[in-house]
Amino acid sequence: MSTPTTDIAAIGIPHAPAARAPRSQLTRERTRAAWLFLAPSLVVLLMVAGWPLGRSIFFSFTDASLETIGESTYNMVGLANYFGPYGVFNFAAVNGFWSTDWGMAIKNTFSFALVSVVLETFLGVVFALVLNAEFKGRSFVRAAVLVPWAIPTIVSAKMWAWIMHDQFGVMNALLRSAGIIDQNIAWTADPAFALWSVVLVDVWKTTPFMALLTLAALQMLPRDCYEAAHVDGIHPVKVFFKVTLPLIWPALMVAVIFRLLDALRVFDIIYVMTSNSVDTISMSGFVRREIVDNNYVGFGSAASTVLFLIIAACTLIYLKASRVDLGGEK
Amino acid sequence: MDYNTQRALGKIGLYALVALISLFCLFPFYFAIVTSLKSGTELFSTTLWPAAPSLKNYISLFTVAEQPFGRHIFNSLAVSTLVVVVSLFLGVTAAYALGRIQFKGKGLLLLTVLGVSMFPQVAVLSGMFELMQAIGFYNHWWGLALPYMIFTLPFTIWVLTTFVRGLPKELEEAAIMDGCSPWGIITKVFLPVMWPALVTTGLLAFIAAWNEFMFALTFVLDNTQRTVPVSISLISGADKYEIPWGKIMAASVLVTLPLIVLVLAFQRKIVGGLTAGAVKG
Repeated sequence: MSTPTTDIAAIGIPHAPAARAPRSQLTRERTRAAWLFLAPSLVVLLMVAGWPLGRSIFFSFTDASLETIGESTYNMVGLANYFGPYGVFNFAAVNGFWSTDWGMAIKNTFSFALVSVVLETFLGVVFALVLNAEFKGRSFVRAAVLVPWAIPTIVSAKMWAWIMHDQFGVMNALLRSAGIIDQNIAWTADPAFALWSVVLVDVWKTTPFMALLTLAALQMLPRDCYEAAHVDGIHPVKVFFKVTLPLIWPALMVAVIFRLLDALRVFDIIYVMTSNSVDTISMSGFVRREIVDNNYVGFGSAASTVLFLIIAACTLIYLKASRVDLGGEK
Repeated sequence: MDYNTQRALGKIGLYALVALISLFCLFPFYFAIVTSLKSGTELFSTTLWPAAPSLKNYISLFTVAEQPFGRHIFNSLAVSTLVVVVSLFLGVTAAYALGRIQFKGKGLLLLTVLGVSMFPQVAVLSGMFELMQAIGFYNHWWGLALPYMIFTLPFTIWVLTTFVRGLPKELEEAAIMDGCSPWGIITKVFLPVMWPALVTTGLLAFIAAWNEFMFALTFVLDNTQRTVPVSISLISGADKYEIPWGKIMAASVLVTLPLIVLVLAFQRKIVGGLTAGAVKG
């Protein structure tokens, strides 16, 4: 036990990290207080995340159903839910792994995530550049951009499902009167269009998020290099690619990965717009269908565990890429 | 082309782009409002203005007994408020510990918190189902507050920790010298200056809980216990082939308008909160 000291300079909280200072009584008290303050949050996180995650992984090794998990009357089946003839990694499927529903779900989710994030980033940067320019009514437009973000996902899905309705939708009507299509298209039901219709709605809903984050990065840029470029008469497009883009790149990449992780978990927008049909089903949608609708808790949990591992891997890459400051010793 | 024409063209281009962006962002919601005011056969014409605006759709939302929309609004409001209050309380205490006190294992804790916020919610679905049934939270609107913590709590802790870390150290030093306890420091020194951050994170947590769909769809079956997003997704007409679009749009407008008003009122703070949550984090 270190000698208790009353010397304020030796306490070490205000300026030096505690680990390097002698451990005073006050430091110990504060460390104890820290754990005490953290305890409720940790208990809740353990209860809502750690425990259910562990149980879900456990169920993936069983043949549990919604009825048997309450009574604990399920059996252990080993790795059958993963590698068995009906497992998630069914590489022996008649038409190949990618034609199984789970294979389709993986393909759909990654196509959805990649395409929508690329489009959102591109449009987000365009929006941000426009919002960063000076024009009359700028604050109105800045507010307007927030509207899609504020609308609940279910509401945007329903709104767009109505706009894209095959018989009475305004989108078909507009495209037909403009002569772009000559027959109504079932945007959300036709397998050729359904996934891209969902992408369109997601882009509409989340471009504001990208735009606002990009705008925040743009507004932190130093003014002097723009003035220098202006004086030298350099073309604005060149300024954007040589000056602006490299400077906002780190912030943009963090936002992109953040969005990507979000897009990989997609569920509600696809569930509502296309009724979870196999052509558009996402990994999350697949898991919920197997667990809740089909009552294959074990199999569904195996799929959810795979999904968890995929996203965990992406998260680790994200943490590495963004070099998050965890110690708070900037 | 001389300099002035070029400038003029640039201005026109900019305003055209601005108009396009505004149209893109606002049109769908505008069209939802228009649809909600149409009734009868007019619903199936694609006119951009209701010929005979009526509130019939809105009234029918509250008069059909099988789909008690008013009750669903109450459930959503109540569970979202509950989630915000609990998250903020836990978030403030955790943020003080994580943002102000140096101790071993802090980095790992922050990493865990961040990891949970990236969590695919569906990964806990079967485990959460079991837990909700075991503790009697299943099929009650208030029971949803538990799974909602999975996305509101890590976010709240993270943003508040960033905020606390940015506060001047002198604030606390004086209180320590006066022999103030850590709890006293939180309630008397930090809470009064944390209001702006609390409002922002509270609002963002509220919106997240208000919009949540998957848990609400899975853990609540009873029609009186449902929340608004599930309610909207289940609105159906007299027979199953007739989808009442007017009514769905009326419900959509009703649950979105307050949100839009809130978001616009707190515009600056929300953008700040999102930036803290994503870019810095």
